[in-house]
Formats: sequence, C-alpha cells, structure tokens
Amino acid sequence: MTALANFVDGLPILSLVTFLPLVGAAIILSVRGEEETVARQARYIALWTTLLTFVLSVFIWVGFDSSTAAFQFEERLEWLPQYKITYRMGVDGISMLFVILSTFLMPLCILASWEAVHKMVREYMIAFLVLETMMVGMFCAMDMVLFYVFFEGVLIPMFIIIGVWGGGRRVYSAFKFFLYTLTGSVLLLIAMLAMYFYAGTTDIPTLTATHFPVQMQYWLWFGLFASFAVKVPMWPVHTWLPDAHVDAPTAGSVILAGVLLKMGGYGFLRFSLPMLPEASVAFTPFIYTLSVIAIIYTSLVALVQQDMKKLIAYSSVAHMGFVTIGVFAGTQQAVQGAIFQMLSHGVVSGALFLAVGVVYDRLHTREIDRYGGLVNNMPMYAVVVMIFTLAAVGLPGTAGFVGEFLVLTGSFQANSWVALLAATGVILGAAYMLYLYRRVIFGELTKADVKAMLDLDRREIIIFAPVVAVVLWMGIYPTPFLDVTNVAVTNIVSKYQAVVGATASAPSAAQTMLALLR
Amino acid sequence: MLVAAVFLPLLGALIAGVFGRLIGNRGAHVVTCLGVGLAALCAIPTFFDVAIHGHSQVVPIAAWLSSGTFEAAWALRFDTLSATMVMTVTCVSTLIHVYSVGYMSHDDSQPRFMAYLSAFTFAMLMLVTADNLVQLFFGWEGVGVMSYLLIGFWYKKPSACAAAIKAFIVNRVGDFGFLLGIFAVYYLFDSVNFDTIFAAAPDKADSTVTFFSVQWHALTITCLLLFVGAMGKSAQLFLHTWLPDAMEGPTPVSALIHAATMVTAGVFLVARMSPLFEFAPTALAFVTVIGASTAFFAGTVGCVQNDIKRIIAYSTCSQLGYMFMACGVSAYQAGVFHLMTHAWFKALLFLSAGSVIHALSDEQDIRKMGGIWRLVPVTTVVMTIGNLALTGIPPFAGYYSKDTIIEAAHAAGTASGDYAYVLALIVVLLTSFYSWRLTFLTFFGKSRVDHHTMEHAHESPLIMLVPLGFLAVGAVIAGMVGYHNFVGEDRAAFWRGAIKVLANHDSIGKAHEEKPVVVLEYLPLFLSVLGFVWAYMFYIRRPDLPGKLAATFPGVHRFLLNKWYFDELYDWMFVRPAFRIGRLFWKGGDGAVIDGLGPDGISTTVVRMAQRLGVVQSGYLYHYAFAMIVGIALVVTWIVVPWAHWVGR
Repeated sequence: MTALANFVDGLPILSLVTFLPLVGAAIILSVRGEEETVARQARYIALWTTLLTFVLSVFIWVGFDSSTAAFQFEERLEWLPQYKITYRMGVDGISMLFVILSTFLMPLCILASWEAVHKMVREYMIAFLVLETMMVGMFCAMDMVLFYVFFEGVLIPMFIIIGVWGGGRRVYSAFKFFLYTLTGSVLLLIAMLAMYFYAGTTDIPTLTATHFPVQMQYWLWFGLFASFAVKVPMWPVHTWLPDAHVDAPTAGSVILAGVLLKMGGYGFLRFSLPMLPEASVAFTPFIYTLSVIAIIYTSLVALVQQDMKKLIAYSSVAHMGFVTIGVFAGTQQAVQGAIFQMLSHGVVSGALFLAVGVVYDRLHTREIDRYGGLVNNMPMYAVVVMIFTLAAVGLPGTAGFVGEFLVLTGSFQANSWVALLAATGVILGAAYMLYLYRRVIFGELTKADVKAMLDLDRREIIIFAPVVAVVLWMGIYPTPFLDVTNVAVTNIVSKYQAVVGATASAPSAAQTMLALLR
Repeated sequence: MLVAAVFLPLLGALIAGVFGRLIGNRGAHVVTCLGVGLAALCAIPTFFDVAIHGHSQVVPIAAWLSSGTFEAAWALRFDTLSATMVMTVTCVSTLIHVYSVGYMSHDDSQPRFMAYLSAFTFAMLMLVTADNLVQLFFGWEGVGVMSYLLIGFWYKKPSACAAAIKAFIVNRVGDFGFLLGIFAVYYLFDSVNFDTIFAAAPDKADSTVTFFSVQWHALTITCLLLFVGAMGKSAQLFLHTWLPDAMEGPTPVSALIHAATMVTAGVFLVARMSPLFEFAPTALAFVTVIGASTAFFAGTVGCVQNDIKRIIAYSTCSQLGYMFMACGVSAYQAGVFHLMTHAWFKALLFLSAGSVIHALSDEQDIRKMGGIWRLVPVTTVVMTIGNLALTGIPPFAGYYSKDTIIEAAHAAGTASGDYAYVLALIVVLLTSFYSWRLTFLTFFGKSRVDHHTMEHAHESPLIMLVPLGFLAVGAVIAGMVGYHNFVGEDRAAFWRGAIKVLANHDSIGKAHEEKPVVVLEYLPLFLSVLGFVWAYMFYIRRPDLPGKLAATFPGVHRFLLNKWYFDELYDWMFVRPAFRIGRLFWKGGDGAVIDGLGPDGISTTVVRMAQRLGVVQSGYLYHYAFAMIVGIALVVTWIVVPWAHWVGR
C-alpha cells in the first residue's frame, strides 16, 4: 500500500485526473467500424475512463493532508512566462472534494446514458469526457487564466449536450444557458484583467495575498459576482436553469446540478471572499437579500410545477440559496456548511435527476400527472426515491441535513433575520418534495401505461447503490468530509473575520452603493 | 445493555425492511417483536440501575458534526428522565408490536409495517437518550418521518396521503422554531451539549440578546423558540391540526404515536430543558397558557366527534395540554409522570378501539355501534379500565398523575397557574363526559350496528387480547407504583438533577405542604363523576337529549364539530395563498418580468432593432443621397449657428 502511495506521490496526479478523460476521448475518436459497434465501444471506453479517473482521484483524497490550509499536489509549468502566466495546479481543502464529486458523478452519468442515448453515441461520450476534463481542471487550477479557460471551457460541451441530445425546446434552452453564462463571464474576464494589471500576476495564492484598494474592490466584486451569480444561480438570474434542466438529457442534468452550479459557489469562496474582503463585507446584505428571496420565491414556484425536472431545478435554486448565505455569512460553521451543502446537493439533486431519468426512459414524459401509484409496481424505485426525497428535505441522518444545518447555525450567529427567513425553506422544501412524491409514487395505480412500468433493472441498481450509500454516509458520519474542509475554511474565515471586525463601523450597503455611483 | 436497548429496534427494522420478502410475514413479526422486546428487557434493569440506584451515565458512540467550536456527537445519555422514557417507550411499543401481528394479519405488506413500527421506536429512543440538542433533533425528525410513512401506510387512500403530508409539514413548522431555538442556544452557550448548557444556564439568567432586531431576555426567547418545536410535535393549540388526521393510519400506529412516542416528545423536550426554562418565567407562563388552552379546546371538540379514534385523538391532545400545564408551573416531574401513566392507558384505549373496529368489520363511527358488550366482553372490560384511568378515578393510574398536576397548578400561585387550574377542572368534566359517551355509545345501549356486521362481530384473537391485558395492568398500577418516586416525597432522590426546579418554583412541594380545603381536594373527583352521570343521562337514560341540545345551539355544535374551523382557516391563510403566490411568481415573476425583460426581451428587442435598421439599408441610391444631404445640413448648422450649441447642451 505504501509502495503504491509512494508511486502515486511521484505522479502529477492532478494533471492525470484532469486529462485522462481527454485521452479517453481521443481513443473514442480513433474507433472505427459499424455504427453499432462504435457506439458500444464508445460507451465502454467512456465508462472505463471515467472509472479509472475516479479511482485515481480517490488517491488524491487518500494522500490529502487535512492539517494544512496550503495547496497540495502542486504542479507548475511555465506557460506564458512573458505574461507571468503559469500552468499551476493544486488542491486545498476547499477544492479537493469537488474534484472527487465530479469524478464520482461521471461514471454514473455514462451508465445513465447507456440505453437512453441512441444517436451519435460517440460524440456524446466525447462531449462528456471533455466536460469532465474542464470541470476537474477548473477545480484544480491555481492560476486565474487557467481557471478561466476551464471555467469557460465547461460551457462548450454542455451547450452541445443540451442542444444536440436534449429534448423539447432544446435549442432555445441551450442558447439561453449559453448567453446567460457568457454575459456573466465577460464581466469576470474584465475583472480578471483589472486584477492582473493591478497585481501583475494571475497566480491565485499571490492574488489572495494582494490587498486591492477598497474602491477597486467594489468594481471587481461586481465583475466576479455577475459571473458566479449566474452559475449558482442566484435569483433573479436563475431562469436559464429550469429550461436547461428540462431540455437537457438526464446525464446532462446530473452534471449541471451536480457540478456546474457548484462552480459559482466555489468562485465566491475562492475569489470574492478572500481576495475582496472589504467589498464582500459591504455587499453581504445584498447577497443575503437575493439568497433569501431565492429560497422563498423558488420554493413557492417549485410547489406549483407540473414537470418533475422543473420542480427539482427550482428546488436547486433554493438549495443553492443556502450556499450563498453560508459563504457570505463568513463564520466557520456557515462556510463549512456551504461547502458541505454544495457537495450534498451535488449528490442528492444529481440522484433526483437520475431518478427522473428512470421513469422518463420508460414513459417518455416528465409530467407529474401522468404518473401515480408507482410504489405498487416499482417498490425498489419507491424506496430509492424516498431516500433522496428525504435527503433533499434535509432530514437528519442524510446528506442534506448537515450542510443546511451548519449554514443556518453559522448564519444565525452572523444575522438572525437571515437564518429565520432562510429556515422557512425547511418547511417549504418539505412541502414541495413530499407533494411531488405523493403525486408520482403514492396513490392508486390506474393508468395502463404506468402499470406496465418495470422496477429498477440491474444497471439502474448499480447506478443508485453507491449514491444511496454516499447520501447516508454523509449524513451519519460526515466527519471525513468536514475534516478535509476544516483547516482551509478556518484559514479563510479567520482572515475574513478580521476584516469584518475592522469594518464593524463600515458604511451601510446604501452608502456603498452611493460610493459606487460617485 | 444500554446500547442494545436503543439499537435493537433498529436492527429489527433493518432486517424486516430489507429482507422482508425473504423472511416473509412470520419472519418479520419475529425479528421486530424480538428486537423491541429484547430492548424492553434491557430497558427495565437499566431503569432500576440508573433511576433507582443512581448510576447515570453517557455512552459515547461516534463523532457526528464538528465545525469550529460546534460539536455534536452521537452519544446515549442515561439519567432518570431518559431511563424512564426508554422503559416506557420500549414496553408499550413491544405490546403494540405484538398486537399488530394480530391486527394487521390481513394486510399484504406486513414486513414493511413492522419495520416502520420498529424504526419509529428507534427514532424515539434516539430522541430521549440524546446528549445534545442536535441528536435530539435527529430523533425528533426521525419520528416525524416515520409517522409520515406510517400515517400514509395505506398509500392508496388519498386521504391517508394527505394526512401524512399534513402531519409532516405541520411538524416542520414546529421544527422551524426548534431549529431557531438550537441556533439561539449555540449563540448563547457556544455549545449544544446538555451538560455544558445546563451548567452555564444560571449565569445567563439576566443576559439579553438581540434577535430579529428586538432585544430579548436571552433565555426567554430561547425557550420560546424551543417550545414552538414542542408545540408542533405535541400537537398543541395552533399546531394541533395534524393529530386528528393522523387517524388515517392503522390503529396500532395511532396507539404508538399517541401513547409512548412522538407526541410526548414535546413534553420530554421541555422537561429535558428544565434548567433553561426555570430561568425563563415568561416562557413558562406561555407554556402553561398554551397547555391549558389546548386541554380545553381539545376537550370541547372531543365531546361532539363521532369517529371512535378521533375522540381518543382529541383526548390525547387534551391530556398533552395537562402535561404542558404541569411543566409550565415547574411541576415537570408531574408532567413526565402523567406522560408515563398516559402512555399505558392511552395505548390501552387505542388498541381497545382497534379491537372494536376489528370486531365490527372496520366500522369507526360510534353512531353505528352500541350494544356489543356481550360480544366483545374482554375489550369492554379493558376499555372501561382505560377510561377509569383517563378520567382520574382512584386508584387507577390517571388519578395520581392528573391530581398532582391540578394541585400543582393551584399551588403555583401565579396568574397563569390559576388560569390553568380553572381550565383543568373544566377539562376534567369534559374528559369524563366524552370518555363515557364513547363507552356508552360503543358498547352499551341499543345496538345501532347493521344486521350484517353484527353477525360477524367477534372478540379479537388472543394475540391482540394479551397485550391489552398487560396494558390494562399498567393502567391500573402505574400511578400507584410510581407516585412516591415521581412526584411524592422521594422525588428529589429519584430525579437527581435530571430535572431542575428552582426552590421558589417548587409547586409540587407547595401542593404537598398546603393543607387544601376538603372541597377543593375532592373537586376533580366530583367533576369526573359528574361527567359520568352526564354521559349516562345523555346516552343511556335519555338518548333524545343530545340531539335536542345540538338543535338548541346549532352554532356551537357546528363550531365544535368542525374543530373550531382551524383547518379551514389554515387552508385559507396558508395553503391556498402558497399555491397562488407560487403560480404568480412562476408565470408573472419568472415568465413575464425576468424572462420578459431579460433574455427573451433583449433578444426580441435586438431582432426588432436589427429589422428596423435593416430598412435603412434599402439599396436605393437616392435614399442614401438624401441622408447625406440631411447630415451635411445638420453639421453645417451646428458649426455656423451659435444657438445650436446651446440647444445641443
């Protein structure tokens, strides 16, 4: 074991995990032959590639030292030396688990697409593998330009996945998704350039140590905010998400909810909070307001949805509202809770989309009223969905509870009003999820086509088993996850709290806005 | 042994739940009954060891949540309070398990049912043995979700599904308060562990905090928030609406929810947090008032209902009011004592009702019963015992606990205590009336059962009667046996700090010392007998009277029959607006405003502008020439005419 560990230590493991999927994609490209065989081989190659990537990524966790806040497994290559831009990779307690989350979900996505995707299977698998490279690279990037490349790179395969393999109004949704995120990204790019010209580097640790003038911070903060808020998505720039989810193929939704939304929260935590603390303090009330609106507003909207995917999409916006509250509450529990919430939401909402995929594959509709009484002929499915539903509701003992609870605990210490209003999400969340469950799963089995639906097959059991295990593990024994994030969060929080303390007599949000306009 | 007492039911539930199809009905019955039964066997010696011999202890299990100074671990706390609860819960639950084997014998998903029952029991055990507020919350939500599954057990019935969701969501409203209470506790004490909180509570007696932009007495707001949680779980006024609907579940479920588990959790919480409540007199007064009002409200409604289970459900609601009343006047011991005795006789009542329902081919309406006592003699006897205990006739269990509460309320000497005292007396009358009304209408008088059902009416099988027998024994002796330890002279030695009462709050002590006027001492008993006579007059001697009374006061009768219109009010105030606002936000907010002004609006605007601009590029030379001339004219004017500059500004 130690020999293996030593061997792994010597490898540029982050780059391996990042680019292995790309290698898999290249192999798929080289496959020739009948359409059927190509499709079959593409599936298997993609599956093995993603599995291998996942196994490799587990070694990152095994070798991870959770007693330090520093970046680990660092790699550095000169890239554009004349501009001081380097290829620098590394993970710390903030990003490491997101890498695992991405690599964990990927094989499940491939499996979920096994039978559902028929056309252009090869291209589909390539798109997913490229997507994985972009996601993992984004979480590992220690240079802002590198980060930006991956951050934007994610858009392209996702755009194609929705636009080509989607259903319904897929082209509309794909463009909406693309334009929304791109608009934000342009502002991110401008902010990045400004930071580069001020600090003379795009190295993330160096930028974190740089103190930007407060007036400049405000502008930079908005630039970053525009991009990350769309990704999260925060109210009112969330309307791309329901459309994108509804029209994306199942696996696309899983990645969208599971990983893509986390990029926004991760960005806030990696850039906004540590690099622009004064601005973050000043705009915290603004974030609180949007997040609380997101939680209440989208929960109510979720209550009246007729489309399963749309309902879960809206619930995602509400759940991510907890994340943004947690990040900007800036206390140890709130920030750790926010990270945990992102991870658990990644798994749980991903799982819920997979679950919708199961019945969609059978009946080809997502309309809630077309179902009913599934518990009678799909008992195993009913149990699995119940577990995910309860996790989404935030039942203690499931993954959903830990994040939500820590965020609320931490934010109550910072602002009791926010915790009070956000906690209403606890009630509303139960309402829309159980209402959904009742309409789809419970009740009498009356419709003939629903009666003919079969319970989970072997492939689907293989997909759900690990997810169920992880959901319960994260709920009952979250210590390993919390340990990883602990020191890194303490590091960010202690620095941030120092600023919060210094700006105790800080200008109010209104004054800040005035200062901006001046 | 301590661990076994808590985790054996879980083991049983897992085996029955996962391998239900493999081991069949018989196997599921055996595993779950064995799991809970063995847990009860472990719990009894534990009770003697912990409560009688004073070996309190905390058994650590594993780490759970830890973030900064926030620590919440899995651990089992055994002191007198939790040992009492564990014993009561496991014993009553075992009897309910055995009873269920008979009661559910015709159902086709018995393993699932047995697994739910055991899991429910486990959640309740985790709740009472918690060593910190978060684990307590785990058990709290656990019983919530299990009750959701059990109430909705017959998922084909829309009414059962609706009741299940309602139970969970109303409970969540309470949980919302409970959560905020936990946050407040952490805010104040920097910990959620009981020992730390309790040790620090006296120091915080005078501190204030600012929550929600209001300055509060710190412990008062904390206790009030926690109590909101208790109100939800224990179905107190305003958050009680789920409880009667919970009758949609199979009868053993009702017995389990109403007797030992779930609804008692709120009372337990207040008793557990007594070291905090003691320093929050305002919160205590609030608890008293809510408890007394609930007791009264549920008593009035119970008098006119016609569903056998609903009447008992309102009775539970009302008795829980008594328990809170006790807690509110700092007689926590009396509250827990009543909780314990109530567990026995209420389980007995529910299971007897189940036996009646079973006998009459699932009939639940007492208007279609009557005159069946000859056919179900055992059920009649045990249900009467249950009634005697409930109505507080000596020497049955309820007499001891309820009388102590009434006396404590009287002795408390506070305004809220007096309020509670008066209502408590009225409720004694009401309780007696509706209980005997139920008994008379069900078993005695002229039979109103239809011919066909009557032919099939039969006493329940032995597997259901034996648990009833045990519960009946409990309903007879629980009060006598427990009195001295729980609320009598030995109470200080028995509780040993598991419950904290400030010296000047000790209402039980005051009640013992006071030499009450003889009239007052026998007043509750008198009222109880009066209720019996009243019911006897109405339903045996002059069965025409109730109808006349209802006809004389139709408004009052309708008001009570409709349970004070709480359901209608909530539906109008919360449920329908939530859907309406949701639709508005969706179509109006997201659709019209955000998308309309945002992406869709911008894209249509761009397209339209492009089309307009496209018109300009007409391709005709004279258009372009004309534009050029106009342009030149404008520029020349700008330069030549001085006032043009001025206009331009």
